[in-house]
Amino acid sequence: MELDIVALSRLQFALTALYHFLFVPLTLGLSVLLAIMETVYVMTGRPIWRQMTKFWGKLFGINFVLGVATGIVMEFQFGMNWSYYSHYVGDIFGAPLAIEGLMAFFLEATFVGLFFFGWDKLSKVGHLISTWAVALGSNFSALWILIANGWMQNPVGSAFNPETMRMEVADFYAVLFNPVAQAKFVHTVSAGYVTAAIFVLGVSAWYMLKNRYPELAKRSMTVAASFGLAASLSVVVLGDESGYLSTEHQKMKLAAIEAMWETEPAPAAFTLFGFPDQAARETHYAVKIPWVMGLIGTRTLTQEIPGIDELVVRAEERIRRGITAFDALQQIRAAGVVSKVAPEVRSAFEDNGHDLGYALLLKRFVDDPRQASAEDIRKAAWDTVPHVPTLFWSFRVMVGLGFFFIALTSVFFYLSARRRLDRYPGLLRLAVFAIPLPWIAAEFGWIVAEFGRQPWIIEGVLPTAAAVSNLGATTVLFTLLGFALIYTILIVIEMALMVRAIRKGPEPDEEPEAELVPRSLVAAE
Amino acid sequence: MILHELISYETLRVIWWVLLGVLLIGFAVMDGGDIGSATLLPFVAKDDVERRVVINAVGPVWEGNQVWLILGGGAIFAAWPPLYAVSFSGFYLAMFAILFALILRPVGFKYRSTRESASWRNGWDWALFVGGVVPALVMGVAVGNVLQGVPFRLDSDLRVFYEGTTLFELLNPFGLLCGLLSVAMLVMHGAAWLVLKSEGPVAVRSRTYGTIAAFLTVVLFALGGLWLWLGIDGYRITSEVVTGGPSNPLAKTVEVAPGVWFENYARHPWMMIAPILGFAGALGCLAFLRARSEVPAVLASTVSILGIISTVGLSMFPFILPSTIDPKSSLTVWDASSSHLTLFIMLVVTGIFIPLVASYTTWVYRVLWGKVDAEAIRDGSGHAY
Repeated sequence: MELDIVALSRLQFALTALYHFLFVPLTLGLSVLLAIMETVYVMTGRPIWRQMTKFWGKLFGINFVLGVATGIVMEFQFGMNWSYYSHYVGDIFGAPLAIEGLMAFFLEATFVGLFFFGWDKLSKVGHLISTWAVALGSNFSALWILIANGWMQNPVGSAFNPETMRMEVADFYAVLFNPVAQAKFVHTVSAGYVTAAIFVLGVSAWYMLKNRYPELAKRSMTVAASFGLAASLSVVVLGDESGYLSTEHQKMKLAAIEAMWETEPAPAAFTLFGFPDQAARETHYAVKIPWVMGLIGTRTLTQEIPGIDELVVRAEERIRRGITAFDALQQIRAAGVVSKVAPEVRSAFEDNGHDLGYALLLKRFVDDPRQASAEDIRKAAWDTVPHVPTLFWSFRVMVGLGFFFIALTSVFFYLSARRRLDRYPGLLRLAVFAIPLPWIAAEFGWIVAEFGRQPWIIEGVLPTAAAVSNLGATTVLFTLLGFALIYTILIVIEMALMVRAIRKGPEPDEEPEAELVPRSLVAAE
Repeated sequence: MILHELISYETLRVIWWVLLGVLLIGFAVMDGGDIGSATLLPFVAKDDVERRVVINAVGPVWEGNQVWLILGGGAIFAAWPPLYAVSFSGFYLAMFAILFALILRPVGFKYRSTRESASWRNGWDWALFVGGVVPALVMGVAVGNVLQGVPFRLDSDLRVFYEGTTLFELLNPFGLLCGLLSVAMLVMHGAAWLVLKSEGPVAVRSRTYGTIAAFLTVVLFALGGLWLWLGIDGYRITSEVVTGGPSNPLAKTVEVAPGVWFENYARHPWMMIAPILGFAGALGCLAFLRARSEVPAVLASTVSILGIISTVGLSMFPFILPSTIDPKSSLTVWDASSSHLTLFIMLVVTGIFIPLVASYTTWVYRVLWGKVDAEAIRDGSGHAY
């Protein structure tokens, strides 16, 4: 990839987004776990649960703050590096971002102060409400950002306006209840819950192995295992829902994930393993399981899933329709007002307008898409194929880890139900080593979703290359290096503080022997 | 969807122009105190306990306050997409400087107290100072450049071309003056807040710095006004003003002339209330700080911020972002907004959530009311940072 402004801007966005997403999943999940732990404390009055809430809350704080710091960058970067994108879709895309601030960030950020500073200033229930407000706020923020992102994957409820040269909202409910957004929201939030569950499970397992704070560790593991099991089941099921929806809305992404070069007779086989070769357009040493892909993708035995070759042919047709739309648009703009142009021009735009974005794919080869040669059109059609090996492997790593999380949390769920959490040091060690895995799965999930959308920034509407700001390459290179530098320093500090806090363990609670105290006395404190 | 037709496109645009001001003022009032306090940190607090007093004075609330900035970005994106696209990409390196500083701030607050080492804490104190003074300065400089016009043009596809060459272009004398005004204004506000939240030497020093900052705010605001009157041309729409038309800036023609930024005050004398509040608030803050009236001092500096920011908006109306190299590309209230429907939906959402946010924020401030206790910090009880 040559380092032009598009490549550099994409690199910067990927770096800042992947980095931001190191902190978000833990915030999403741990905030809910904190709220659950504190609820148990308020309901039972046993101080150990308060101690747990404070201890995990401290780790939450170290993580949360970097999520906040890197989140501002995300909010500003669309305008900074993707100004044509911001102009072109701001009418639709900006709204969920603003609502995210109003509904989610205020709630989360206002109450997080009370979570840390309010233990002595609030009643038990008052503090519990603050904790739940933080959890609710962080989860709401995921909802709105995924409504925004869902629209990038499946741009419903909008239409191009020739007078303002941008997409405008036509049906806000369609944007809000976009099926892709709903599936992505539950999938992503569940992934966050899994991350937090495995984190709590792993850290507690480490305490168990060292025989430190066994009471805190055992209770934490019990909560984490049951929460994690439910979440990892949900993450896989909703991931499957996302796959099913891709069949409808992002056929190319699905075909690339499967490295399915040619359309197979239904039901298609699932390629478990193999080496996709983008240049030769085939997958070497493929190990296939019959029927499975057809079932996942279409939930029928009869419906075909189109392969990459067929989708490229379709893209070529859409590019040709896009050129017709582009030509009509130029005539409409020359006339100034839509009502002044000939009816056949207007109907040409109305019939082909939804493929206007496909004409913009030609901008890489010619300034005016109407001048494109057959060769340009063919090349642009092949540009709609994302990088197959990357998607193929990212997806398999993510899914493989997903099934591993189900297995791991099931085992610990079983052990905690049988009260045997401390019996198997091998399993405890496995849980410790599993700590980084949810992050790996989450980052690969981002790659599948966003890298798999390429060459589009808005699927079928606006190519990524057309969306970028007119900045100097050195300018973006400078900021890219600047972000890389400060982010590297901060992650080193963050990890060191995390490890320190974990080594140091929980603060002793005012009533360490709390469990021996009768409940009535604790409640009266 | 025909519900949105109930409010005309023109009215919605004016409402969203007012809301843009509300958001900027909301940010400057709420988070400005935190920014000012961070800027003052190395000067009003000498030892570790004093510094922790300052940090804990804003510690529980800065996170919520910072959301005003994030919301500001989001709301500009949603309601004024062309403004978001042009200003954020045009001021690219300035935005980067702000982001860089704002990344340091949360980390500074949170990580400083995790270790005892003096050099560790000292390092974070400077990070916090940078996280305060850089955004205050750069945002002011940006406003100063907006008043003078920015070198951008839009092509027929409405793609933005920013023709400015370096970051240093922004640091022209008038831009710097506005930057310093912004720093003085937020330091005044932060100092008034610290006087309210602390006791002893920190409060004494904050009172001194606050008095100086309030005085400088008055002087710099007056100087800025004078300069704008004498030396800076304003922008005026010369074609027929279409207030309810499609958001395409290129449909109008614009002329540049001296004194235009003051025409609105001649036409609507009531607008004079904005600069008057700017001056009165700062003078009031100065007087209340000297008279040791803590709450009125904070309120007065709030009024001053409200007046100063409103003055900028009212002077430029209906312009939001003028272009020096291609005046017809300038963004105005009438041609740089979202669609009628989006403005309406966002108004409904804002109408529901802003009162909600205001009420729970008030509750949180009530819970946290009272001075930071230096003793409690010394013996390590009851404070998180």
